[in-house]
Amino acid sequence: MTEILSLHEVTYTYSPEEKEARKAVEGISFSVNDGEWIAIVGHNGSGKSTMAKLMNGLLFPQSGEVRVLGETLNEENLWEIRSQMGMVFQNPDNQFVGATVQDDVAFALENNGVPFKDMVVRVHESLAQVKMEKFLDSEPHHLSGGQKQRVAIAGALALKPRILILDEATSMLDPQGREEVLSTVRKLREETHLTVLSITHDLEEALLADRIFVLNNGHKYAEGTPQEIFSRGEELVALGLDLPFAMKMGNLLRANGVALNNEHMSEEELVNDVWTSNFNK
Amino acid sequence: MDIQLQQVGYAYAKDTPFEKRALFDVNLHIPSGSYQAIIGHTGSGKSTLLQHLNGLLKPSEGIVKLGDLTIEAGKKAKNLKPVRQQIGIVFQFPEHQLFDETVLKDIMFGPLNFGVPREEAERRARVLADQLGLPEEVLEKSPFDLSGGQMRRVAIAGVLAMEPSVLVLDEPTAGLDPRGRQEIMDLFHHLHMEKGLTTVLVTHSMEDAARYADRVAIMHDGRCVLSGNPIDIFGDEERLAEYRLAAPRVVRFQRKVEAQLGYPLDRLCLTEEQLALELSRTVRGERESL
Repeated sequence: MTEILSLHEVTYTYSPEEKEARKAVEGISFSVNDGEWIAIVGHNGSGKSTMAKLMNGLLFPQSGEVRVLGETLNEENLWEIRSQMGMVFQNPDNQFVGATVQDDVAFALENNGVPFKDMVVRVHESLAQVKMEKFLDSEPHHLSGGQKQRVAIAGALALKPRILILDEATSMLDPQGREEVLSTVRKLREETHLTVLSITHDLEEALLADRIFVLNNGHKYAEGTPQEIFSRGEELVALGLDLPFAMKMGNLLRANGVALNNEHMSEEELVNDVWTSNFNK
Repeated sequence: MDIQLQQVGYAYAKDTPFEKRALFDVNLHIPSGSYQAIIGHTGSGKSTLLQHLNGLLKPSEGIVKLGDLTIEAGKKAKNLKPVRQQIGIVFQFPEHQLFDETVLKDIMFGPLNFGVPREEAERRARVLADQLGLPEEVLEKSPFDLSGGQMRRVAIAGVLAMEPSVLVLDEPTAGLDPRGRQEIMDLFHHLHMEKGLTTVLVTHSMEDAARYADRVAIMHDGRCVLSGNPIDIFGDEERLAEYRLAAPRVVRFQRKVEAQLGYPLDRLCLTEEQLALELSRTVRGERESL
Protein backbone atom coordinates (compact mmCIF):
# COMPACT_ATOMS: atom_id res chain seq x y z
CA MET A 1 0.00 0.00 0.00
CA THR A 2 1.35 3.38 -0.94
CA GLU A 3 0.41 6.52 0.82
CA ILE A 4 -1.31 9.14 -1.34
CA LEU A 5 -2.16 11.83 1.19
CA SER A 6 -1.26 12.50 4.79
CA LEU A 7 -1.49 15.12 7.49
CA HIS A 8 1.23 15.48 10.10
CA GLU A 9 0.43 17.32 13.33
CA VAL A 10 -1.67 19.85 11.44
CA THR A 11 -3.03 22.83 13.35
CA TYR A 12 -5.11 25.65 11.94
CA THR A 13 -6.93 28.61 13.44
CA TYR A 14 -9.01 31.16 11.55
CA SER A 15 -7.88 34.03 13.76
CA PRO A 16 -4.17 33.48 14.51
CA GLU A 17 -3.80 37.03 15.90
CA GLU A 18 -6.04 36.20 18.88
CA LYS A 19 -4.18 34.25 21.52
CA GLU A 20 -7.08 32.35 23.03
CA ALA A 21 -8.95 31.75 19.76
CA ARG A 22 -10.15 28.20 19.44
CA LYS A 23 -8.22 26.16 16.92
CA ALA A 24 -10.39 24.81 14.11
CA VAL A 25 -8.16 21.76 13.91
CA GLU A 26 -5.30 20.88 16.23
CA GLY A 27 -2.52 18.33 16.02
CA ILE A 28 -4.23 16.19 13.42
CA SER A 29 -2.27 13.35 11.82
CA PHE A 30 -3.49 10.65 9.52
CA SER A 31 -2.53 8.87 6.37
CA VAL A 32 -4.62 7.77 3.40
CA ASN A 33 -3.52 4.95 1.11
CA ASP A 34 -3.77 5.03 -2.65
CA GLY A 35 -7.17 3.70 -3.69
CA GLU A 36 -8.82 3.89 -0.27
CA TRP A 37 -12.31 5.21 0.45
CA ILE A 38 -12.19 7.25 3.62
CA ALA A 39 -15.19 8.77 5.37
CA ILE A 40 -14.56 11.75 7.64
CA VAL A 41 -17.30 12.22 10.22
CA GLY A 42 -17.81 14.59 13.14
CA HIS A 43 -20.33 17.01 14.59
CA ASN A 44 -20.95 20.49 13.13
CA GLY A 45 -17.93 22.60 13.98
CA SER A 46 -15.67 19.57 14.54
CA GLY A 47 -13.24 20.75 11.86
CA LYS A 48 -14.28 18.57 8.91
CA SER A 49 -14.61 21.35 6.37
CA THR A 50 -11.41 23.01 7.57
CA MET A 51 -9.64 19.73 6.99
CA ALA A 52 -10.98 19.48 3.46
CA LYS A 53 -9.69 22.98 2.75
CA LEU A 54 -6.28 22.12 4.21
CA MET A 55 -6.06 19.02 2.07
CA ASN A 56 -6.46 20.86 -1.19
CA GLY A 57 -4.54 23.98 -0.27
CA LEU A 58 -7.41 26.42 0.11
CA LEU A 59 -5.90 26.90 3.57
CA PHE A 60 -2.35 26.31 4.78
CA PRO A 61 -1.71 25.06 8.30
CA GLN A 62 -0.05 27.33 10.86
CA SER A 63 1.94 24.32 11.97
CA GLY A 64 2.39 20.79 10.69
CA GLU A 65 2.37 19.68 7.07
CA VAL A 66 0.04 18.24 4.46
CA ARG A 67 1.64 15.77 2.07
CA VAL A 68 0.00 14.83 -1.20
CA LEU A 69 1.53 12.32 -3.65
CA GLY A 70 4.80 12.41 -1.76
CA GLU A 71 5.19 16.17 -1.71
CA THR A 72 4.57 18.70 1.04
CA LEU A 73 1.81 20.99 -0.13
CA ASN A 74 3.08 24.56 -0.56
CA GLU A 75 2.29 27.59 -2.63
CA GLU A 76 4.69 26.56 -5.40
CA ASN A 77 3.33 23.10 -6.07
CA LEU A 78 -0.27 23.92 -5.14
CA TRP A 79 -1.62 24.07 -8.68
CA GLU A 80 0.19 20.97 -9.80
CA ILE A 81 -1.11 19.02 -6.81
CA ARG A 82 -4.60 20.44 -7.00
CA SER A 83 -4.93 19.17 -10.55
CA GLN A 84 -4.72 15.69 -9.02
CA MET A 85 -7.65 16.38 -6.71
CA GLY A 86 -11.27 16.74 -7.68
CA MET A 87 -13.67 18.31 -5.25
CA VAL A 88 -17.46 18.22 -5.07
CA PHE A 89 -19.29 20.48 -2.64
CA GLN A 90 -22.58 20.37 -0.78
CA ASN A 91 -24.83 22.60 -2.84
CA PRO A 92 -25.30 21.40 -6.42
CA ASP A 93 -26.54 24.82 -7.50
CA ASN A 94 -23.44 26.69 -6.40
CA GLN A 95 -20.94 24.85 -8.54
CA PHE A 96 -22.25 25.17 -12.07
CA VAL A 97 -20.48 27.51 -14.46
CA GLY A 98 -21.43 26.16 -17.88
CA ALA A 99 -24.67 26.80 -19.73
CA THR A 100 -24.95 23.12 -20.65
CA VAL A 101 -23.80 19.94 -19.00
CA GLN A 102 -20.94 19.41 -21.45
CA ASP A 103 -19.76 23.03 -21.21
CA ASP A 104 -19.69 22.65 -17.50
CA VAL A 105 -17.60 19.51 -17.55
CA ALA A 106 -15.30 21.09 -20.14
CA PHE A 107 -14.72 24.19 -18.04
CA ALA A 108 -11.86 22.87 -15.94
CA LEU A 109 -10.28 21.18 -18.96
CA GLU A 110 -10.25 24.46 -20.83
CA ASN A 111 -8.67 26.16 -17.82
CA ASN A 112 -5.97 23.53 -17.85
CA GLY A 113 -5.24 24.04 -21.54
CA VAL A 114 -6.38 20.60 -22.71
CA PRO A 115 -6.53 20.55 -26.55
CA PHE A 116 -10.07 20.66 -27.97
CA LYS A 117 -9.86 17.20 -29.52
CA ASP A 118 -8.93 15.58 -26.21
CA MET A 119 -11.43 17.72 -24.38
CA VAL A 120 -14.36 16.30 -26.35
CA VAL A 121 -13.21 12.77 -25.64
CA ARG A 122 -12.70 13.39 -21.93
CA VAL A 123 -16.03 15.14 -21.49
CA HIS A 124 -17.78 12.16 -23.02
CA GLU A 125 -15.78 9.68 -21.00
CA SER A 126 -16.34 11.31 -17.68
CA LEU A 127 -20.05 11.86 -18.28
CA ALA A 128 -20.31 8.19 -19.23
CA GLN A 129 -18.61 7.28 -15.94
CA VAL A 130 -21.43 8.92 -14.00
CA LYS A 131 -24.09 7.74 -16.49
CA MET A 132 -24.96 11.27 -17.61
CA GLU A 133 -23.81 10.96 -21.23
CA LYS A 134 -27.37 11.40 -22.48
CA PHE A 135 -27.56 14.85 -20.97
CA LEU A 136 -24.68 16.51 -22.88
CA ASP A 137 -26.74 19.48 -24.02
CA SER A 138 -29.13 19.74 -21.10
CA GLU A 139 -29.19 22.91 -19.10
CA PRO A 140 -28.01 22.27 -15.56
CA HIS A 141 -31.08 23.79 -13.91
CA HIS A 142 -33.28 21.21 -15.57
CA LEU A 143 -31.52 18.38 -13.77
CA SER A 144 -32.46 16.83 -10.46
CA GLY A 145 -30.20 17.29 -7.45
CA GLY A 146 -28.67 13.84 -7.84
CA GLN A 147 -28.03 14.43 -11.55
CA LYS A 148 -26.41 17.77 -10.83
CA GLN A 149 -24.04 16.22 -8.32
CA ARG A 150 -23.17 13.47 -10.80
CA VAL A 151 -22.30 16.16 -13.36
CA ALA A 152 -20.19 17.88 -10.70
CA ILE A 153 -18.39 14.58 -10.14
CA ALA A 154 -17.91 14.22 -13.91
CA GLY A 155 -16.41 17.72 -13.94
CA ALA A 156 -13.95 16.62 -11.30
CA LEU A 157 -13.20 13.32 -13.06
CA ALA A 158 -12.50 15.00 -16.40
CA LEU A 159 -9.18 16.15 -15.00
CA LYS A 160 -8.34 12.54 -14.22
CA PRO A 161 -7.64 13.20 -10.57
CA ARG A 162 -6.07 10.62 -8.26
CA ILE A 163 -8.17 11.84 -5.33
CA LEU A 164 -11.83 12.81 -5.17
CA ILE A 165 -12.98 14.85 -2.17
CA LEU A 166 -16.72 14.93 -1.49
CA ASP A 167 -17.61 17.66 1.01
CA GLU A 168 -21.10 16.70 2.19
CA ALA A 169 -21.92 16.13 -1.46
CA THR A 170 -25.10 14.18 -0.71
CA SER A 171 -26.51 16.18 2.18
CA MET A 172 -28.88 18.33 0.12
CA LEU A 173 -30.22 15.53 -2.02
CA ASP A 174 -33.41 13.56 -1.72
CA PRO A 175 -33.01 9.86 -0.88
CA GLN A 176 -33.07 8.87 -4.53
CA GLY A 177 -30.44 11.47 -5.45
CA ARG A 178 -28.25 10.33 -2.58
CA GLU A 179 -28.46 6.74 -3.75
CA GLU A 180 -27.56 7.80 -7.33
CA VAL A 181 -24.45 9.61 -6.14
CA LEU A 182 -23.35 6.83 -3.82
CA SER A 183 -23.76 4.11 -6.42
CA THR A 184 -21.80 6.30 -8.84
CA VAL A 185 -18.94 6.53 -6.36
CA ARG A 186 -19.11 2.79 -5.66
CA LYS A 187 -18.93 2.03 -9.37
CA LEU A 188 -16.03 4.42 -9.91
CA ARG A 189 -14.13 2.69 -7.17
CA GLU A 190 -14.68 -0.70 -8.77
CA GLU A 191 -13.60 0.48 -12.20
CA THR A 192 -10.78 2.87 -11.36
CA HIS A 193 -8.17 3.23 -8.68
CA LEU A 194 -9.58 6.50 -7.42
CA THR A 195 -8.99 7.51 -3.80
CA VAL A 196 -12.17 8.91 -2.25
CA LEU A 197 -12.38 11.15 0.79
CA SER A 198 -15.94 11.85 1.78
CA ILE A 199 -16.92 14.26 4.50
CA THR A 200 -20.36 13.27 5.64
CA HIS A 201 -23.02 13.19 8.33
CA ASP A 202 -24.64 10.20 6.73
CA LEU A 203 -23.63 7.14 8.71
CA GLU A 204 -24.96 4.78 6.08
CA GLU A 205 -22.59 6.45 3.65
CA ALA A 206 -19.72 6.09 6.13
CA LEU A 207 -20.49 2.36 6.38
CA LEU A 208 -19.47 1.97 2.74
CA ALA A 209 -15.98 3.36 3.34
CA ASP A 210 -12.83 1.32 3.93
CA ARG A 211 -11.94 3.40 6.95
CA ILE A 212 -13.56 6.17 8.98
CA PHE A 213 -11.89 9.13 10.68
CA VAL A 214 -13.87 10.62 13.52
CA LEU A 215 -13.21 14.26 14.40
CA ASN A 216 -14.31 15.89 17.62
CA ASN A 217 -13.74 19.56 18.52
CA GLY A 218 -10.88 19.89 16.05
CA HIS A 219 -9.06 16.76 17.19
CA LYS A 220 -8.85 13.30 15.74
CA TYR A 221 -11.00 11.17 17.99
CA ALA A 222 -10.65 7.79 16.35
CA GLU A 223 -9.84 6.03 13.10
CA GLY A 224 -10.64 2.52 11.97
CA THR A 225 -12.81 0.30 9.83
CA PRO A 226 -16.57 0.92 10.03
CA GLN A 227 -16.79 -2.22 12.18
CA GLU A 228 -14.20 -0.90 14.63
CA ILE A 229 -15.65 2.60 14.76
CA PHE A 230 -19.29 1.66 15.16
CA SER A 231 -18.54 -0.93 17.81
CA ARG A 232 -17.92 2.09 20.04
CA GLY A 233 -21.69 2.48 20.10
CA GLU A 234 -23.04 5.02 22.57
CA GLU A 235 -19.66 6.73 22.74
CA LEU A 236 -20.30 8.02 19.22
CA VAL A 237 -23.78 9.21 20.13
CA ALA A 238 -22.21 11.26 22.93
CA LEU A 239 -20.07 12.99 20.26
CA GLY A 240 -23.21 14.12 18.44
CA LEU A 241 -23.00 11.36 15.84
CA ASP A 242 -25.41 8.62 15.08
CA LEU A 243 -25.30 4.86 14.70
CA PRO A 244 -26.23 2.93 11.57
CA PHE A 245 -29.90 1.96 11.47
CA ALA A 246 -29.32 -1.74 12.16
CA MET A 247 -27.30 -0.97 15.29
CA LYS A 248 -29.84 1.50 16.66
CA MET A 249 -32.64 -0.95 15.95
CA GLY A 250 -30.68 -3.77 17.57
CA ASN A 251 -30.10 -1.73 20.73
CA LEU A 252 -33.78 -0.86 20.97
CA LEU A 253 -34.80 -4.47 20.45
CA ARG A 254 -32.49 -5.64 23.23
CA ALA A 255 -33.79 -2.89 25.52
CA ASN A 256 -37.30 -4.26 24.89
CA GLY A 257 -36.26 -7.78 25.78
CA VAL A 258 -35.86 -9.23 22.29
CA ALA A 259 -32.94 -11.69 22.32
CA LEU A 260 -30.06 -11.05 19.93
CA ASN A 261 -26.77 -12.91 19.55
CA ASN A 262 -24.72 -10.11 18.16
CA GLU A 263 -24.29 -6.48 17.08
CA HIS A 264 -25.14 -5.97 13.41
CA MET A 265 -24.41 -3.28 10.90
CA SER A 266 -26.57 -4.67 8.13
CA GLU A 267 -30.32 -5.04 8.25
CA GLU A 268 -30.20 -8.51 6.72
CA GLU A 269 -27.99 -9.83 9.51
CA LEU A 270 -30.23 -8.26 12.11
CA VAL A 271 -33.39 -9.78 10.59
CA ASN A 272 -31.65 -13.15 10.62
CA ASP A 273 -30.58 -12.79 14.21
CA VAL A 274 -34.10 -11.77 15.30
CA TRP A 275 -35.39 -14.86 13.53
CA THR A 276 -32.88 -17.42 14.78
CA SER A 277 -32.67 -16.08 18.34
CA ASN A 278 -36.39 -15.72 18.94
CA PHE A 279 -38.60 -17.58 16.52
CA ASN A 280 -36.65 -20.44 14.98
CA LYS A 281 -35.14 -21.81 18.16
CA MET B 1 -54.80 28.69 11.93
CA ASP B 2 -56.74 26.76 9.37
CA ILE B 3 -55.11 26.69 5.93
CA GLN B 4 -56.83 25.69 2.74
CA LEU B 5 -55.64 25.47 -0.83
CA GLN B 6 -58.40 25.06 -3.36
CA GLN B 7 -57.56 24.21 -6.96
CA VAL B 8 -54.36 26.16 -6.73
CA GLY B 9 -52.28 26.52 -9.86
CA TYR B 10 -49.11 28.52 -10.22
CA ALA B 11 -46.97 29.51 -13.19
CA TYR B 12 -43.63 31.27 -12.93
CA ALA B 13 -43.19 34.15 -15.41
CA LYS B 14 -46.83 33.83 -16.41
CA ASP B 15 -47.85 35.21 -19.82
CA THR B 16 -44.27 35.41 -21.04
CA PRO B 17 -42.42 33.05 -23.40
CA PHE B 18 -40.62 31.73 -20.29
CA GLU B 19 -43.79 30.69 -18.52
CA LYS B 20 -43.21 27.58 -16.48
CA ARG B 21 -46.00 25.89 -14.62
CA ALA B 22 -45.05 24.66 -11.20
CA LEU B 23 -48.40 23.80 -9.58
CA PHE B 24 -51.56 22.25 -11.00
CA ASP B 25 -54.90 22.01 -9.24
CA VAL B 26 -53.56 21.58 -5.73
CA ASN B 27 -56.16 20.87 -3.06
CA LEU B 28 -54.96 20.64 0.49
CA HIS B 29 -56.60 21.34 3.82
CA ILE B 30 -54.32 21.82 6.82
CA PRO B 31 -56.55 22.01 9.90
CA SER B 32 -55.55 24.29 12.72
CA GLY B 33 -53.23 22.53 15.16
CA SER B 34 -52.17 19.73 12.84
CA TYR B 35 -48.63 18.70 11.93
CA GLN B 36 -48.59 18.39 8.17
CA ALA B 37 -45.62 16.90 6.30
CA ILE B 38 -45.21 17.60 2.60
CA ILE B 39 -42.95 15.15 0.81
CA GLY B 40 -41.92 14.67 -2.81
CA HIS B 41 -38.70 14.40 -4.77
CA THR B 42 -36.69 17.41 -5.92
CA GLY B 43 -38.64 19.57 -8.37
CA SER B 44 -42.05 18.22 -7.37
CA GLY B 45 -43.37 21.67 -6.43
CA LYS B 46 -42.92 21.51 -2.65
CA SER B 47 -41.08 24.81 -2.36
CA THR B 48 -43.47 26.63 -4.69
CA LEU B 49 -46.36 25.37 -2.61
CA LEU B 50 -44.67 26.52 0.56
CA GLN B 51 -44.34 30.06 -0.72
CA HIS B 52 -48.12 30.24 -1.05
CA LEU B 53 -48.49 29.65 2.65
CA ASN B 54 -47.78 33.24 3.60
CA GLY B 55 -48.58 35.06 0.42
CA LEU B 56 -45.02 35.29 -0.91
CA LEU B 57 -46.44 33.87 -4.10
CA LYS B 58 -50.04 34.42 -5.13
CA PRO B 59 -51.85 31.66 -6.93
CA SER B 60 -52.26 31.96 -10.71
CA GLU B 61 -55.44 29.94 -10.31
CA GLY B 62 -57.61 28.97 -7.37
CA ILE B 63 -57.85 30.14 -3.80
CA VAL B 64 -55.53 30.11 -0.80
CA LYS B 65 -57.19 30.62 2.58
CA LEU B 66 -54.99 31.52 5.51
CA GLY B 67 -57.24 31.73 8.53
CA ASP B 68 -59.73 34.50 7.76
CA LEU B 69 -57.72 35.86 4.85
CA THR B 70 -58.57 34.72 1.34
CA ILE B 71 -56.07 35.13 -1.48
CA GLU B 72 -57.72 34.55 -4.80
CA ALA B 73 -56.13 34.30 -8.23
CA GLY B 74 -56.53 37.50 -10.22
CA LYS B 75 -57.63 39.57 -7.23
CA LYS B 76 -55.53 41.93 -5.25
CA ALA B 77 -54.70 40.56 -1.84
CA LYS B 78 -54.86 43.19 0.82
CA ASN B 79 -53.57 43.38 4.31
CA LEU B 80 -51.14 40.49 4.30
CA LYS B 81 -49.12 41.87 7.19
CA PRO B 82 -51.13 40.49 10.13
CA VAL B 83 -51.16 37.07 8.53
CA ARG B 84 -47.45 37.13 7.83
CA GLN B 85 -46.84 37.92 11.46
CA GLN B 86 -48.65 34.75 12.41
CA ILE B 87 -46.95 32.50 9.90
CA GLY B 88 -43.28 31.92 10.53
CA ILE B 89 -41.31 30.37 7.71
CA VAL B 90 -37.96 28.73 8.26
CA PHE B 91 -36.51 28.58 4.76
CA GLN B 92 -33.81 26.22 3.60
CA PHE B 93 -30.44 27.36 4.88
CA PRO B 94 -32.00 30.19 6.87
CA GLU B 95 -28.55 31.21 8.12
CA HIS B 96 -28.04 32.91 4.75
CA GLN B 97 -30.51 35.52 5.93
CA LEU B 98 -28.62 36.55 9.06
CA PHE B 99 -27.45 40.13 8.81
CA ASP B 100 -27.31 42.02 12.09
CA GLU B 101 -24.28 43.00 14.20
CA THR B 102 -25.00 40.66 17.06
CA VAL B 103 -26.91 37.46 17.55
CA LEU B 104 -29.23 39.16 20.04
CA LYS B 105 -30.11 41.96 17.61
CA ASP B 106 -30.65 39.48 14.82
CA ILE B 107 -33.11 37.42 16.83
CA MET B 108 -34.91 40.61 18.00
CA PHE B 109 -35.23 42.06 14.51
CA GLY B 110 -38.46 40.30 13.53
CA PRO B 111 -40.48 41.07 16.65
CA LEU B 112 -39.27 44.71 16.76
CA ASN B 113 -40.28 45.09 13.15
CA PHE B 114 -43.80 43.98 14.02
CA GLY B 115 -44.03 46.43 16.91
CA VAL B 116 -43.12 44.27 19.89
CA PRO B 117 -41.60 46.43 22.67
CA ARG B 118 -37.81 46.18 22.99
CA GLU B 119 -37.83 44.60 26.44
CA GLU B 120 -40.26 41.92 25.40
CA ALA B 121 -38.31 41.22 22.20
CA GLU B 122 -35.12 40.82 24.21
CA ARG B 123 -36.80 38.56 26.74
CA ARG B 124 -38.04 36.30 23.94
CA ALA B 125 -34.64 36.26 22.29
CA ARG B 126 -32.92 35.15 25.49
CA VAL B 127 -35.45 32.43 26.23
CA LEU B 128 -35.26 31.08 22.70
CA ALA B 129 -31.47 31.18 22.57
CA ASP B 130 -31.51 29.05 25.69
CA GLN B 131 -34.10 26.62 24.31
CA LEU B 132 -32.07 26.22 21.14
CA GLY B 133 -28.92 25.48 23.09
CA LEU B 134 -27.08 28.70 22.26
CA PRO B 135 -24.76 29.66 25.13
CA GLU B 136 -25.31 33.10 26.69
CA GLU B 137 -21.96 34.50 25.54
CA VAL B 138 -22.93 33.89 21.92
CA LEU B 139 -25.67 36.55 22.12
CA GLU B 140 -23.22 39.44 21.89
CA LYS B 141 -21.15 37.91 19.12
CA SER B 142 -21.54 38.56 15.43
CA PRO B 143 -23.67 35.80 13.90
CA PHE B 144 -21.01 35.44 11.23
CA ASP B 145 -18.43 34.25 13.76
CA LEU B 146 -20.51 31.21 14.68
CA SER B 147 -20.32 27.67 13.35
CA GLY B 148 -22.83 26.60 10.72
CA GLY B 149 -24.91 24.70 13.26
CA GLN B 150 -25.10 27.68 15.60
CA MET B 151 -25.98 30.06 12.78
CA ARG B 152 -28.88 27.80 11.88
CA ARG B 153 -30.13 27.98 15.47
CA VAL B 154 -29.91 31.76 15.51
CA ALA B 155 -31.93 31.98 12.31
CA ILE B 156 -34.57 29.62 13.68
CA ALA B 157 -34.73 31.62 16.93
CA GLY B 158 -35.38 34.74 14.83
CA VAL B 159 -38.47 33.12 13.30
CA LEU B 160 -39.73 31.70 16.60
CA ALA B 161 -39.27 35.10 18.30
CA MET B 162 -42.25 36.37 16.32
CA GLU B 163 -44.33 33.78 18.20
CA PRO B 164 -46.10 32.62 15.07
CA SER B 165 -49.15 30.39 15.33
CA VAL B 166 -48.17 28.59 12.13
CA LEU B 167 -44.67 27.30 11.61
CA VAL B 168 -43.62 26.40 8.06
CA LEU B 169 -40.36 24.49 7.90
CA ASP B 170 -38.49 23.88 4.65
CA GLU B 171 -35.84 21.20 5.23
CA PRO B 172 -34.92 22.85 8.52
CA THR B 173 -32.16 20.40 9.42
CA ALA B 174 -30.34 19.93 6.08
CA GLY B 175 -26.61 19.90 6.70
CA LEU B 176 -26.82 19.56 10.47
CA ASP B 177 -25.16 16.70 12.32
CA PRO B 178 -27.39 13.91 13.64
CA ARG B 179 -27.63 15.26 17.17
CA GLY B 180 -28.35 18.80 15.98
CA ARG B 181 -30.99 17.44 13.65
CA GLN B 182 -32.74 15.56 16.40
CA GLU B 183 -32.53 18.41 18.90
CA ILE B 184 -34.07 20.86 16.48
CA MET B 185 -36.81 18.51 15.30
CA ASP B 186 -37.64 17.68 18.92
CA LEU B 187 -37.83 21.37 19.78
CA PHE B 188 -40.23 22.04 16.90
CA HIS B 189 -42.36 19.13 18.04
CA HIS B 190 -42.31 20.34 21.61
CA LEU B 191 -43.42 23.84 20.53
CA HIS B 192 -46.06 22.32 18.29
CA MET B 193 -47.59 20.47 21.22
CA GLU B 194 -47.06 23.09 23.90
CA LYS B 195 -48.31 26.10 21.94
CA GLY B 196 -50.82 24.30 19.78
CA LEU B 197 -49.07 25.45 16.61
CA THR B 198 -50.03 24.45 13.13
CA THR B 199 -46.85 23.02 11.68
CA VAL B 200 -46.03 22.39 8.02
CA LEU B 201 -42.83 20.44 7.39
CA VAL B 202 -41.43 20.21 3.87
CA THR B 203 -38.86 17.44 3.90
CA HIS B 204 -36.90 14.79 2.01
CA SER B 205 -36.74 12.75 5.17
CA MET B 206 -39.46 10.12 5.22
CA GLU B 207 -38.21 9.27 8.71
CA ASP B 208 -38.98 12.77 10.04
CA ALA B 209 -42.36 12.83 8.29
CA ALA B 210 -43.22 9.45 9.82
CA ARG B 211 -42.03 10.35 13.30
CA TYR B 212 -43.49 13.81 13.74
CA ALA B 213 -46.37 14.44 11.36
CA ASP B 214 -49.98 13.48 11.82
CA ARG B 215 -50.81 14.15 8.18
CA VAL B 216 -48.71 13.59 5.07
CA ALA B 217 -49.19 14.98 1.56
CA ILE B 218 -47.21 13.90 -1.48
CA MET B 219 -46.33 16.36 -4.22
CA HIS B 220 -45.45 14.96 -7.64
CA ASP B 221 -44.94 16.92 -10.87
CA GLY B 222 -46.66 19.98 -9.40
CA ARG B 223 -49.71 18.12 -8.16
CA CYS B 224 -50.74 17.04 -4.72
CA VAL B 225 -51.26 13.40 -5.61
CA LEU B 226 -51.94 11.86 -2.25
CA SER B 227 -52.68 12.97 1.28
CA GLY B 228 -53.69 11.16 4.39
CA ASN B 229 -52.41 9.84 7.67
CA PRO B 230 -48.82 8.59 7.85
CA ILE B 231 -49.79 4.96 8.40
CA ASP B 232 -51.80 4.79 5.17
CA ILE B 233 -49.28 6.77 3.15
CA PHE B 234 -46.17 4.95 4.31
CA GLY B 235 -47.83 1.54 4.36
CA ASP B 236 -48.34 1.61 0.60
CA GLU B 237 -44.87 1.14 -0.79
CA GLU B 238 -46.00 0.50 -4.36
CA ARG B 239 -47.82 3.78 -4.44
CA LEU B 240 -44.80 5.60 -2.98
CA ALA B 241 -42.57 4.08 -5.64
CA GLU B 242 -44.82 5.55 -8.34
CA TYR B 243 -43.81 8.93 -7.03
CA ARG B 244 -40.15 7.94 -6.76
CA LEU B 245 -40.31 7.85 -2.99
CA ALA B 246 -39.45 5.08 -0.57
CA ALA B 247 -41.01 4.21 2.76
CA PRO B 248 -39.15 5.24 5.91
CA ARG B 249 -36.29 2.96 6.80
CA VAL B 250 -38.12 1.49 9.77
CA VAL B 251 -41.08 0.50 7.58
CA ARG B 252 -38.79 -1.19 5.06
CA PHE B 253 -37.13 -3.01 7.92
CA GLN B 254 -40.47 -4.13 9.32
CA ARG B 255 -41.32 -5.58 5.88
CA LYS B 256 -38.08 -7.57 5.88
CA VAL B 257 -38.86 -8.95 9.31
CA GLU B 258 -42.39 -9.84 8.22
CA ALA B 259 -41.08 -11.59 5.12
CA GLN B 260 -38.86 -13.72 7.37
CA LEU B 261 -41.67 -14.41 9.86
CA GLY B 262 -44.13 -15.23 7.12
CA TYR B 263 -46.89 -13.05 8.60
CA PRO B 264 -47.51 -9.35 9.17
CA LEU B 265 -47.15 -7.73 12.59
CA ASP B 266 -50.31 -6.33 14.18
CA ARG B 267 -49.58 -2.78 13.17
CA LEU B 268 -47.33 -0.71 10.94
CA CYS B 269 -44.69 1.04 13.03
CA LEU B 270 -43.50 4.51 12.11
CA THR B 271 -40.60 4.78 14.54
CA GLU B 272 -37.86 2.42 15.65
CA GLU B 273 -39.17 2.62 19.22
CA GLN B 274 -42.65 1.45 18.17
CA LEU B 275 -41.23 -1.40 16.14
CA ALA B 276 -39.01 -2.60 18.99
CA LEU B 277 -42.06 -2.67 21.25
CA GLU B 278 -44.21 -4.42 18.66
CA LEU B 279 -41.56 -7.06 17.99
CA SER B 280 -41.08 -7.72 21.67
CA ARG B 281 -44.82 -8.31 21.99
CA THR B 282 -44.70 -10.65 19.02
CA VAL B 283 -41.77 -12.57 20.53
CA ARG B 284 -43.70 -12.98 23.77
CA GLY B 285 -46.62 -14.38 21.81
CA GLU B 286 -48.88 -11.42 22.49
CA ARG B 287 -50.14 -11.03 18.95
CA GLU B 288 -53.72 -9.86 18.65
CA SER B 289 -54.55 -11.29 15.25
CA LEU B 290 -53.82 -14.97 15.64
